[in-house]
Amino acid sequence: MPISRRLLLAGGAGIALTGCGSNTGRGGEEGPGRPRLSHWYHQYGEPGTRQAVGRYAAAYKDAAVRIEWRPGNYDQQTAAALLTDSGPDVFEVAGPTIEQIQAGQVTDLTGLLKDVKGEFDPVILAPRTYRDRVWGIPQLVDTQLLYYRRSMLDAAGVRPPQSLDELVDAARRLTRKDVKGFFLGNSGGAGALGGTPLYAAGLSLVTPGGEVGFDDPAAARTLGKLRRFHTDGSLLLGAPTDWFNPAAFTQGLAAMQWCGLWALPQVQKALGDDFGVLPFPPDGPAGRPSVPVGAWAAAVSSRSAHREAAEAYVKWLWVERTDFQEDFAQSYGLHIPARASLTARAGRLKSGAAAEAVRFTKEHGYAQPLLWTAASQTAYLDALTRIIREGADPGGELKAVVRKASAELHRVRSRG
Amino acid sequence: MPAAPRRLPAARQRHRALWFWAFVGPFAAGLALFTYVPLAWSVYLSFFDAHNTVSPTEFVRLDNYATLLADASFRSSLVTFAVFSAFIVPATYALSLGLALAVNRLRAGRAFFRSVFFLPTACSYVVAATVWKLSVFNGVRFGLANTVLGWFGAEPVAWLASTDPPWYWLVIITVRLWLQAGFYMVLFLAGLQRIPPRLYEAAALDGARPGWQTFRHITFPALRSTSVAVVLLLIINAFQAFDEFYNLLSDQRGYPPYARPPLVHLYYLALGQGQDLGLGSAGAVLLALIIAVVTVVQARWSGLGRRED
Repeated sequence: MPISRRLLLAGGAGIALTGCGSNTGRGGEEGPGRPRLSHWYHQYGEPGTRQAVGRYAAAYKDAAVRIEWRPGNYDQQTAAALLTDSGPDVFEVAGPTIEQIQAGQVTDLTGLLKDVKGEFDPVILAPRTYRDRVWGIPQLVDTQLLYYRRSMLDAAGVRPPQSLDELVDAARRLTRKDVKGFFLGNSGGAGALGGTPLYAAGLSLVTPGGEVGFDDPAAARTLGKLRRFHTDGSLLLGAPTDWFNPAAFTQGLAAMQWCGLWALPQVQKALGDDFGVLPFPPDGPAGRPSVPVGAWAAAVSSRSAHREAAEAYVKWLWVERTDFQEDFAQSYGLHIPARASLTARAGRLKSGAAAEAVRFTKEHGYAQPLLWTAASQTAYLDALTRIIREGADPGGELKAVVRKASAELHRVRSRG
Repeated sequence: MPAAPRRLPAARQRHRALWFWAFVGPFAAGLALFTYVPLAWSVYLSFFDAHNTVSPTEFVRLDNYATLLADASFRSSLVTFAVFSAFIVPATYALSLGLALAVNRLRAGRAFFRSVFFLPTACSYVVAATVWKLSVFNGVRFGLANTVLGWFGAEPVAWLASTDPPWYWLVIITVRLWLQAGFYMVLFLAGLQRIPPRLYEAAALDGARPGWQTFRHITFPALRSTSVAVVLLLIINAFQAFDEFYNLLSDQRGYPPYARPPLVHLYYLALGQGQDLGLGSAGAVLLALIIAVVTVVQARWSGLGRRED
């Protein structure tokens, strides 16, 4: 609703009110039978992504799709917008979360995947599946990895670490006056690692049965070892960029860094062949390498005025248009496509470190379980931070987390 | 001037009432709609299980309050606030009073220095926090603070990441001092300029030495009402601390378990991915109650608004 000068003069009282509710980009019809949809994306760092999604939307004929590109705290923005009628019709989401599903904020998209469900990697489909229904269509897969600088390891006589003990040891031996051994993020590790060390110990955050997956002495043993990065002084802290940006690694501030597959092109450009990638190394007798995978997925808001049109559009873009999906995953930064057939075709993933990363993801990938709520995650990360940085007793800290997480699991299991 | 008010004709009085509402109405409506309704709604939500909804149906009585008071991290956030205000309130008070006294004594360039010290107030907390985090106190060898340390041969310090000793407090306190000292300096300057010169003349005649004695017995007592207002504002501001904490310490995955003031804690509780709006509202109500109690107690104790004669 445009605000005319007369309206402004006539209703001084009204400006704030009318201004707020106007131009939400939805609810209207454009032309006969062509609904208007608003589609939200978070801000991708790679240049060209925004233009690309605009191009995809423009190619859709059955609805006028308006792209909203949202920088900043995307999760908070969508969460707040989903409570109102002025939110998106279609939105990109790292979840959807169990709370969003249980509160009925997103629609059931199972039907859209009818013939192609088997193509999607079960690791990323599982956290979007609740009671056998799928609530988000994965758009691409993001993987996190350990990058190491070959020349620095050779100079220090260190081999690429194959176990957590070797990693701790390597970080210590690689630390020099101006180069730290390992960059695990400016907060010192908890945020970047999350549940990864638990999976490396052969445990999990939530068991398939919906119980806490790390109520085990092995958890405390593994997490306790992370403390040594700090006591050895081998971590880079307070870098200008955080762990998801490869700058600290490419500028030589650290010999190893925990980062994502998305950074691989940048690292390759800066260092050529002088680097390698590894999964998070295993620890303990039941341990196995661990590779966290995440995915952005497309979801449809239940409050959309055009639900069917929105679902049809999602099906068109994220199920049918494989050419766009391939372009999206491969042309702007490096990601693994969400579908096996596209991964097999992707030339950039066929050789070198990228191929290694794809193999690690396939063999060792784990995704944060759907039932692992934000409250559980906060309790866990708080404990992990205290263990790593303040030397708190891992056993005691974990006991409190198990209690909190059990209560959360009980809460979400007992709801609708 | 006739002192007795004239009675206005009825039509004119109606006219006045109309104009009164024309001017006050929009703001009253805005205040009600954007302040009082959300406030009341928040109190309402605090009695419900409101995950991802603002129109909850599951009434849980006082459960949210009980959960919050039993939550060690909420209690520790109150401790964080107490520690923070124990540092920031006296520090800002002393610094801004000192600046005001110094600027007030200047014979030349007073306006210049007043502007210079006041200028940081115009800077946003977010911008200042970002500058502090990325260039002044970053943890690598080319950060400003570490460069200075480097001249003396010291190792770089990870200012925001070291918990032993807790250097992050230095970063948090200095950014806020820099931002707000100038504002309170202006308040003190106004207070200083209201002290009648005859008080100083009388004191000088009675043999009071300039300097500490005059300050202690004339200036400081004469600034009492300004001081009370400044301390009150400082405490409320400390309670509302969010911007610099959030921008200095949070990362993409969350916030470390230390230096987490109440508003930051509630932000993650209610507005993060958890969206537990009932619990968050209960926290907001508790905080509002605490601020109200503290303010009333402080006002009583210091005699805020009492007439000075």
